[in-house]
Amino acid sequence: MFLELFFQYLVAGLTYGTIYAIVGIGFNIIYNTTGIINFAQGEFVMLGGMTAVTLHAFLPLPLAILGAVLITMVIGGLIEIAFIRWLIKPSVLRMIIITIGISILIREGALAVWGEGVRSLPYFTGDEVSALSLGGVRLSPQVLWSVGVCFVIVLLLNLFFKYTMLGREMRACAANREAAALCGIPTRNMVSFSFVLSAGIGALAGCVVSPITYTQYNIGTGLAIKGFTVAILGGLGNSMAAVAAGFILGILESFSIWVLPTAYKDTISISILLAMLFIRPSGLFGNKEAMRLKDF
Amino acid sequence: MKTSHYTPAFILFGSVAIVQLFTLVTGDTFYLTQLTMSAYYSLIVIGLCLLMGFAGQISLGHAGFFAIGGYTSAILTTLDLTPYTKTWLVASLAKLNILMSHEDLYGHLTLSVHPWAACCVAILLALCIAWAIGIPVLKLKGHYLAMATLGFGTIIYSIVLGTQRFGAADGISNVPAFPFFPGVSVSGDSSVRVVNYYFAWILVTAAMVVLANLIHSRVGRALRSIHGAEDAADAMGVDTARFKLYTFILSAVFAAIAGVFLTHFNGGIGPSEASIMKSIRYVAIVAVGGMGTIWGTLIMSVVLNFLSLRGYFGTFDDAVFGGILILIMLFAPDGIIGSDLRALVRKFIKRF
Repeated sequence: MFLELFFQYLVAGLTYGTIYAIVGIGFNIIYNTTGIINFAQGEFVMLGGMTAVTLHAFLPLPLAILGAVLITMVIGGLIEIAFIRWLIKPSVLRMIIITIGISILIREGALAVWGEGVRSLPYFTGDEVSALSLGGVRLSPQVLWSVGVCFVIVLLLNLFFKYTMLGREMRACAANREAAALCGIPTRNMVSFSFVLSAGIGALAGCVVSPITYTQYNIGTGLAIKGFTVAILGGLGNSMAAVAAGFILGILESFSIWVLPTAYKDTISISILLAMLFIRPSGLFGNKEAMRLKDF
Repeated sequence: MKTSHYTPAFILFGSVAIVQLFTLVTGDTFYLTQLTMSAYYSLIVIGLCLLMGFAGQISLGHAGFFAIGGYTSAILTTLDLTPYTKTWLVASLAKLNILMSHEDLYGHLTLSVHPWAACCVAILLALCIAWAIGIPVLKLKGHYLAMATLGFGTIIYSIVLGTQRFGAADGISNVPAFPFFPGVSVSGDSSVRVVNYYFAWILVTAAMVVLANLIHSRVGRALRSIHGAEDAADAMGVDTARFKLYTFILSAVFAAIAGVFLTHFNGGIGPSEASIMKSIRYVAIVAVGGMGTIWGTLIMSVVLNFLSLRGYFGTFDDAVFGGILILIMLFAPDGIIGSDLRALVRKFIKRF
């Protein structure tokens, strides 16, 4: 019985871990090309889920998800072009406040469009009660979907950054923006593209976990904090480490319910974030020396 | 010249009196209630202005300190000690004269901690928490500082929301009046509306005088040097860590004082006072007022808080503050007041 409960919590942790990891990766993509932490990152997840639910009313599920991802990507790009592209060397404080403002506007916009109701997509395969049984542990197929999608995203991102021209240009931009510009890389377009990319990833994650965790207009802020915790835990800018950190956080959080009331679940991850920031801001897998060279 | 230094304070108090007389003439005395609440919110905002505008440290968790002040005071003054009068602790508290009996909602006589004592405990608690949090947090910069303070605010919010003792989602109501002096009692009763209005604004004026003096002193210059270039300030012998910490604590104490008095004024406090959106709203007001002018911040705080409390923004309340944040930070990062308005408009038109 004890062992079964243990695995049940583990599976729940993995599910939440995937979404935290994907939000963390979204943070990293934008941070790498711009040096900005995009506080509106969680809002992309919400937008993706919400748009997919709306589109699913008249489109089959795969098309609805595809449409939601594309729409969110366009929104991400528009946000960058409207609010960030034309600023000349903005201070960090200014960027923090602007992205917070953007996240509030998106949230309030979503409230106006979709209302306060809780929505969710249908399960991709089976329904709420269908479950795979693995040695006494009952597993919703959707959990496999979300973990699987997370791994596919990570794999594709890796290939993209390593083997495509655009990916290489983005990496050059992350390494040294001035030098990249001198080599003829349109750095501003790279910044726009990083917003488009992370909006798309966030939206996809929002669709995949929507059947399990549900989508509401105000889930963005909480996800942004969790995602940032994950990004810090893995070391800011390191997407692979963010995946590991995401699973660690998800599992820790899920086991915390064992000892603490559920209402305090969020305080666990934030305490981890604070402890990490105080003790080792370079992250679990990060390099202290390299951290000192980054500006933030 | 000493007099010119205090002129703004006199002007402030003069306009406070004029507004009161004006409402008396027009018969709109109910506006005074919102103006009193605006005064308490302004107290937090000007404290935050010192931290953000002068020391250059962002805090996205100041609603947390407000909540610490408000909730501590609310709990201590509503806790019924009548069943424990025999115990040693309560008996000695009673002997020290820091208990007060008052009637609760159902007319029962209850015995609880006197608001003065509760107020002192609340401020001390906020001070200690600000101290403990401030030491590690203020070592951080930029994004990390913003996230750490945001995290602190979220923790306070989820504790308040998740704990039955704090009234969970309902908050604490039925907080008694605060007999500050004989004749001055902080409560929302309409018979003491004018007294409360003046009390709140005297508090704000006093805080403004303290801050204005601080800014024009050695401390103020040290803070501005930290904002300008922290490493350089450090090299010149400014104890940057200490100055940042003291500013953080001072602004936290301002927020706690505001929390205590507003809770007694409203007769209760709810978890929404601790929410992140409140903290962001305070940051927005400081940004609009122009980081680095406390008078500009005070003016914008009164205007925006009053409009918001009167419900002029309707359901778009949060969206208005979000929009303000973006517009100000995009086009006038130095605030509206004091910047060249025509140049701003030209810049804005050129964008589209």
